[in-house]
Amino acid sequence: MNIDYSQEMPTVAGRLTLAQIEELVAKPMDTKPDKKFYIALSISGTLLMIGATMLAISLYYGTGMWGNNQPVGWAFPIVNFVFWVGIGHAGTLISAILFLLRQKWRTGIARFAEAMTIFAVICAGIFPVIHTGRPWLAGYLLPYPNQHGLWVNFTSPLLWDVFAVSTYLTVSFVFWYVGLIPDFATMRDRSSSKIKKTIYSTFSLGWRHSNRHWTHYEKAYMLLAGFATPLVLSVHTIVSFDFAVSILPGWHATIFPPYFVAGAIFSGFAMVVTVLVFVRKIFDLQHIITIDHLEKMNKIILATGMMVGYAYAMEFFIAWYSGNPVESFVFINRAFGPYAWAYWIMVSCNVIFPQFFWFRKIRRSIPIMMVIVIFVNVGMWFERFVITVTSLSRDFLPSSWAYYKPTLVDGGILLGSFGLFFTLVILFTKALPVVSISEIKAVADGAQPTHHGGEHHE
Amino acid sequence: MNNEKKIYGITATFKTPDEIINAAKKVSNAGYIHFDVNTPYPVHGMDGAMKIKPSKLGFVTLVMGLSGAAIALLLMFWTMSVDYPIVIGGKPFFALPAFIPITFELTVLLATLSTVGAMIALFFRLPDNQHPLHDTEYMKSVSADKYGVVIEAEDVKFDEKSVLDFLKTLNPISTEIVFYPVVEEYPIFQPKFIMFLIAIAIVVSGGTYFSLNKLTIITPFNWMMEQDRVNAQSPSELFADGRGMRTPVEGTVAKGFIPYPYKGQTNPTEVLANPFLPTKENIALGKAKYFTYCTPCHGDFADGDSRLRGQFPNPPTLHSKRARDFSDGMIYHIITNGQNVMPSYASQITRDERWAIVNYVRVLQRAKNASDADLIDMNKEAGSNVAN
Repeated sequence: MNIDYSQEMPTVAGRLTLAQIEELVAKPMDTKPDKKFYIALSISGTLLMIGATMLAISLYYGTGMWGNNQPVGWAFPIVNFVFWVGIGHAGTLISAILFLLRQKWRTGIARFAEAMTIFAVICAGIFPVIHTGRPWLAGYLLPYPNQHGLWVNFTSPLLWDVFAVSTYLTVSFVFWYVGLIPDFATMRDRSSSKIKKTIYSTFSLGWRHSNRHWTHYEKAYMLLAGFATPLVLSVHTIVSFDFAVSILPGWHATIFPPYFVAGAIFSGFAMVVTVLVFVRKIFDLQHIITIDHLEKMNKIILATGMMVGYAYAMEFFIAWYSGNPVESFVFINRAFGPYAWAYWIMVSCNVIFPQFFWFRKIRRSIPIMMVIVIFVNVGMWFERFVITVTSLSRDFLPSSWAYYKPTLVDGGILLGSFGLFFTLVILFTKALPVVSISEIKAVADGAQPTHHGGEHHE
Repeated sequence: MNNEKKIYGITATFKTPDEIINAAKKVSNAGYIHFDVNTPYPVHGMDGAMKIKPSKLGFVTLVMGLSGAAIALLLMFWTMSVDYPIVIGGKPFFALPAFIPITFELTVLLATLSTVGAMIALFFRLPDNQHPLHDTEYMKSVSADKYGVVIEAEDVKFDEKSVLDFLKTLNPISTEIVFYPVVEEYPIFQPKFIMFLIAIAIVVSGGTYFSLNKLTIITPFNWMMEQDRVNAQSPSELFADGRGMRTPVEGTVAKGFIPYPYKGQTNPTEVLANPFLPTKENIALGKAKYFTYCTPCHGDFADGDSRLRGQFPNPPTLHSKRARDFSDGMIYHIITNGQNVMPSYASQITRDERWAIVNYVRVLQRAKNASDADLIDMNKEAGSNVAN
């Protein structure tokens, strides 16, 4: 196939006018939800209720309802936490890093990916809090002056996590909201219903699309992107410190921060593709979220998948090269021990299946793409499972080795976190513009002046 | 207030980005200062056309970012190195590398929040939903896909007719005169509003009381200080005698409590000899134990004058001839085995402590029944000769 790579492809396919773009994006909010919406909502709501029930059981009877026990004290809760935080990373990568790299194609998917970041971090945040056993005492994690005269331990990776994840959630939310302000104003001026108008006016803060405001706005957006970029890298680095700062073989490795960040982006992009494929179909956004977008994301999945594969190989190499018998035992145990099944699920899903994305046809085929990205989601969940469980189940003391088995309650809570995530996503698609209206207008054909010279900035 | 509406400004709407750039240049070149351009998205080159200076927002970010770093480092320095230093993992009290992650996070957090806060509140002066431009046809069109310019009445060069003529020369698709909205005033202290405030106060305080005092202590919110266990001295319905505290099961041997072979015998004293000399330390131990276990009934000086004030039968004094003639072994036997109403103390007091108590009882008996010869001895020791 002949493609002209000397010219950038149009971001919005089909030469839509600005009014048509707005119409397309605003349609889900202007119309009453149809049957499909309620079916989807009831499925995700059911999952959410299953999770809520299992959580209520855990709170009532205590954490003994889970499979966690010595020596595997960090089981499902931490696996799920790392999994969901990782999912969130794609959103910030798309909205901040691709913005700084001036990738115009990000516009169509940025809003959605940012929303997914926030929802994924909300899902992630539940797990460490319930893992403490007494989640109503979570306030103790904050350094506040108290009658005991005690402070939190600022040198602990677990406390770094508290700060990193809460900062990440806050900054992602602010970034997302700042992007939404002009869209709220547009929705306000579109709507004729009084209730909708009041809600949109409140959230638009009275935005007037004034160019004197746009100047500062673009500056602020650039600054926020500049902060979000190192922030997203720091968050998964700190999450990996939870493991790497300990002395457990298989965890105590300097490769962990980059390995975790690459894995996070890998799983996050897979999740974004999974959800976007449905969203573009259901809301007729094929012109705005084009097959080119999906192809580009698949390329990133291929690249990060190979980084993750490299990390797997390097872990084995270092285990042998370091000459440390404990370290080499752990890795041989991972691949051929009692959890070999999990290890090989991980390797095949994360390293082997994404290799199909070398073929352009497969990158652009929606059914095959769906299968592969779902495999990647599964594989990345198993990566965290393998790291957490294999190292803990067989550490230095053979007398305390044990085989960890999750319980039904564990599985129910994991299912519930998916329910929460998809419920939030479904409600979001109906309540807010899933594509940034002002940004997508700005990159449409003919949206910018044709003059040359003058000030150019983005 | 006069009935005449006050003009906010005059707007002109255009169809293409090229036209609005051109219009903005002309308005700016004509010498107007108080004018604005409204576009559905930022149009490239507009800042140059309007002669807007670059945004100064970055300074807020810089200052607040550095403050965030400083606050984080100071907080960690003060808490970990000054207020409550603890050695953790052999790290120094000021473990800078371990402080970096939180310093970074707080820098980002404070910089981001203050940049956005300053932008919205100080630079934009938002929220402002009462602005004259809201709810005009002009706003609706620039919110969608048109581009507009507004010259405000505040400008010194503003004159309704000349501005309108000037804007018409730019070939707009429409022009509009925008007036200030008629300001409606609401009296604040209406009875209805006050009732509303009172209702909110009742709901909020009631809700807070309920959630803090009732909700947080029902299951599953268990707190460490409230546990399903029996505290010392507390009653329990589980046992027939209604007491929470139990005596050990028959035959229980606690650590340090070897079973007493003379249990129930009347006088095994010939085989029981005091293994301890009445040294200062031993008597001090005996005194401490005597005060813990014996004084409630026997009184502080073994007079049998019970501190329980008649709630329990008073024992006889230990200064009687009979008691003074008891051998050490006999006193030990009574403590261990019990006598009459007195229960056995074998499970509470260790063997060594029982012997120490015996020594202390001897001290009390001696002190209460001192002879003149003792006084002479004492004075000799004190270096005085009063009695001579």
